[in-house]
Amino acid sequence: MLLNQFLILGAVLFATGVYGVLARRNGVMVLMSIELMLNAVNINLVAFGVQHGVVSGQVFALFVIAVAAAEVGVGLAIVLLLYRNRTSIDVEDFDLMRG
Amino acid sequence: MVAQNIFFGILAAIVAISALRMVTTRNIVHAALYLVAVLAGLGALYVLLTAEFVATTQVLVYIGAVMVLFLFGIMLTKAPLGNVMEMTGRQWPLAAVVAALLGGVTIYSLIDRFGSERLNIDGPIYRTADVSDEVFSTYIVPFEAVSVLLLAALIGAIVLARKD
Repeated sequence: MLLNQFLILGAVLFATGVYGVLARRNGVMVLMSIELMLNAVNINLVAFGVQHGVVSGQVFALFVIAVAAAEVGVGLAIVLLLYRNRTSIDVEDFDLMRG
Repeated sequence: MVAQNIFFGILAAIVAISALRMVTTRNIVHAALYLVAVLAGLGALYVLLTAEFVATTQVLVYIGAVMVLFLFGIMLTKAPLGNVMEMTGRQWPLAAVVAALLGGVTIYSLIDRFGSERLNIDGPIYRTADVSDEVFSTYIVPFEAVSVLLLAALIGAIVLARKD
């Protein structure tokens, strides 16, 4: 197996996640696309850990998983609060900062 | 060696196609189920990379906990389950261009740098005991910081989401 197999899969996943974050209008879908990007990072970490024969790659992947879980919890709470206040989770409805 | 490549091909196809369908489907519950397919495929790829504990954690935390959170989020925000709400904004062509440029540049630089470098499969295999040894010795301070972070996120989520 080549190292690049895993790295290119990670790059494809990351680009897909970027597209999802930019193009999707539903707040929950944006959070799901962020998960895709975080997973792309994880596969790179594990692949480089194998390549260099160190265990740190797996450890950092575990830290990323823990931080992602915390991020989803807070993110969904924010989306829920937005829905309660504006009865919408369409990210295009939230344009208070537009000049 | 050949079997590993075949399984990598199958898993990578599942992951890539499910990810593409996830960001293009119009039904949000289908998107959540495609995300399950992506996460499960990545878990299998971790097994292929001899990272058994990361694979287990992926299944437990992502497919178990995070997906339930997402489904709760979909239910509580009463997202239209059919094609009612247009899921993709008007700016999607621009987003596609940005994503294609980003992915293209990344893949080009990866091929330029790593080319056909082989994965070092003869190196040491780290089992769960080795991972826990490392977490509880070298990375003990970040580990404790992550536990405090999880507590802060838990309290923050409760404070944000409770009804006053």
